[in-house]
Amino acid sequence: MSEKEGRFGVHGGQYIPETLMNAVIELEQAYNKYKDDPEFNEELQTLFNEYANRPSRLYFAKKMTEDLGGARIYLKREDLNHTGAHKVNNVLGQALLAKKMGKTRLIAETGAGQHGVATATAAALFGMECVVFMGEEDTKRQALNVYRMRLLGAEVIPVKTGTRTLKDAVSEAMREWTSRIEDTHYCLGSVMGPHPFPTIVRDFQAVISREIKSQMLEKEGRLPDIVMACCGGGSNAIGSFYDFIEDKDVRLIGVEAAGRGIDTFETAATINTGRLGIFHGMKSYFCQDEYGQIAPVYSISAGLDYPGIGPEHAWLHDTKRAEYVAITDDEAVNAFEYLSRTEGIIPAIESAHAIAYAMKIAPTLPKDQIIVVTVSGRGDKDCAAIARYRGEDIHE
Amino acid sequence: MSKIKEAFTNGKAFIPFITCGDPDLETSEKIVYEMEKAGADLIELGIPFSDPTAEGPVIQEASLRALNAGTTTDKIFDMVRRIRKNTDIPMVFMTYANVIYSYGSEKFISTCKELGMDGLILPDIPYEEKGEFIDLCHQYGVDLISLIAPTSEDRISMIASEAEGFIYVVSSLGVTGTRTSITTDIPTLVGKIKESSKVPCAIGFGISNPEQAANMARSADGVIVGSAIVKIIAKYGKDAPAHVGAFVKEMKEAL
Repeated sequence: MSEKEGRFGVHGGQYIPETLMNAVIELEQAYNKYKDDPEFNEELQTLFNEYANRPSRLYFAKKMTEDLGGARIYLKREDLNHTGAHKVNNVLGQALLAKKMGKTRLIAETGAGQHGVATATAAALFGMECVVFMGEEDTKRQALNVYRMRLLGAEVIPVKTGTRTLKDAVSEAMREWTSRIEDTHYCLGSVMGPHPFPTIVRDFQAVISREIKSQMLEKEGRLPDIVMACCGGGSNAIGSFYDFIEDKDVRLIGVEAAGRGIDTFETAATINTGRLGIFHGMKSYFCQDEYGQIAPVYSISAGLDYPGIGPEHAWLHDTKRAEYVAITDDEAVNAFEYLSRTEGIIPAIESAHAIAYAMKIAPTLPKDQIIVVTVSGRGDKDCAAIARYRGEDIHE
Repeated sequence: MSKIKEAFTNGKAFIPFITCGDPDLETSEKIVYEMEKAGADLIELGIPFSDPTAEGPVIQEASLRALNAGTTTDKIFDMVRRIRKNTDIPMVFMTYANVIYSYGSEKFISTCKELGMDGLILPDIPYEEKGEFIDLCHQYGVDLISLIAPTSEDRISMIASEAEGFIYVVSSLGVTGTRTSITTDIPTLVGKIKESSKVPCAIGFGISNPEQAANMARSADGVIVGSAIVKIIAKYGKDAPAHVGAFVKEMKEAL
């Protein structure tokens, strides 16, 4: 972090209504109180290990490596976490913090439904009320996750404004928080929004890179050459990068969703097609038109279908510490099928974007190089949508 | 500094809001004249934003209608140029930070001066972020209006002591929209603000009828009404100007 608190270069900040200011200040104070508190951290670590199944495996993808014929590929298996994605890391941290703050109700936005499911899970575990906002379009794309959230006791509210996707779910969750602050914590799901969310979410997700580092040293006795992860808002990517930022020899690659291509309007690749702006509480890069109206972005992946990117990624891009590339729907679907057949691992369609980029560059790299790809989630939720993409109609 | 002060010299101020370009800019222009004729003291012109996170459904829908009708910042500036040939009533823009930032902050704020716009209301710019625009606002003599909410508490004196133009007192938690009742202790809130502020206080969010307006005006210097007017425009479309005028007259008389 540079300059003042809550800023990453020019990015970040707290561009929110006055009504919410004391709520984010209270959150920041609570976080500063607990983040280095041994008891809090021990409680969180126990939840990670005993409840969420951490540490997640760092798996050497031997068949994939041999098939691609280049760099050695390791998969960081966040898909094996309880609830099936990396989202649980952040949610357990925030729910525990909310409980310490005396909050009894969690609200959340969700795109693919993974963050909503994780929040509903934590709410069930901690005995808290839970309301999840989900774009109506996404409730259709991810019907299974809607059912899971309701099964876990959460109320799911389909958002019918705007493009009816993730950005509208974030807007609606912010509106709800404005109307009910006293007992409610907004459990934001990515490294975005107003300070202190990008920092809090990053710190809870940083467990991914800490584990990668120690597992890699144990298995290979050295650091990887490349760490890559898919990047929408960017929580699994920042979690995968964070502990390597100071290790300048490790290339960090965020893989955005190109949708139907970055030269089309149907894309969600923010760094590749957006420009600097102010939205959803932060200054960062956004897909927008010439008058600053937020663009209706598109990706096959509901979890990457967001017009912005977290402020720390924007800064890593500005400083050239990380690279941001884009993968199309078609390439991601191919990778989804490839990893399933080659390694017997069905990745989330979000994670398949990172797999697709690994498939592109691994063959071009020498065999002594090591790539770590974070598999941020499991792909069961996507099977029906991918089948539809291939022209097959299956009933869940 | 700006003409905003004048708006509070004719009894309690009535401040109506419209979304520019809903249903079209010709109608918006006519509504401005009708509102002035009906006794409005200051007019809040909304520049529509695609994702207005501080608005309830009524203004969200109006923003969408305006954008779908092809409304842009430049076309709104052209409308204000026409309006300024006919009236010098105090006017402020209400919009979101990205609309200004994306246009080029200096280009936007200098155009405000050129057009005779007196202030800016930006719900996503709290005290901590006003550095984004405040120097340009001072340079071009455009007031950046501060908002104070029922949750502001210990922040009130900090915000109020630096406030310019007037203070927008948010009556209730939540987003804009009509409410059947306002439960915040407004007299106490306004009292606290007045301890640190030299500028007038106008109350907005949820005010939709003459009784509420009169009640709010007892403890403040003015009232702001948005959603109730936008609903009339949604109902009558191009025929809205006369209906809005009648409503504004009734509200101003109640103060």
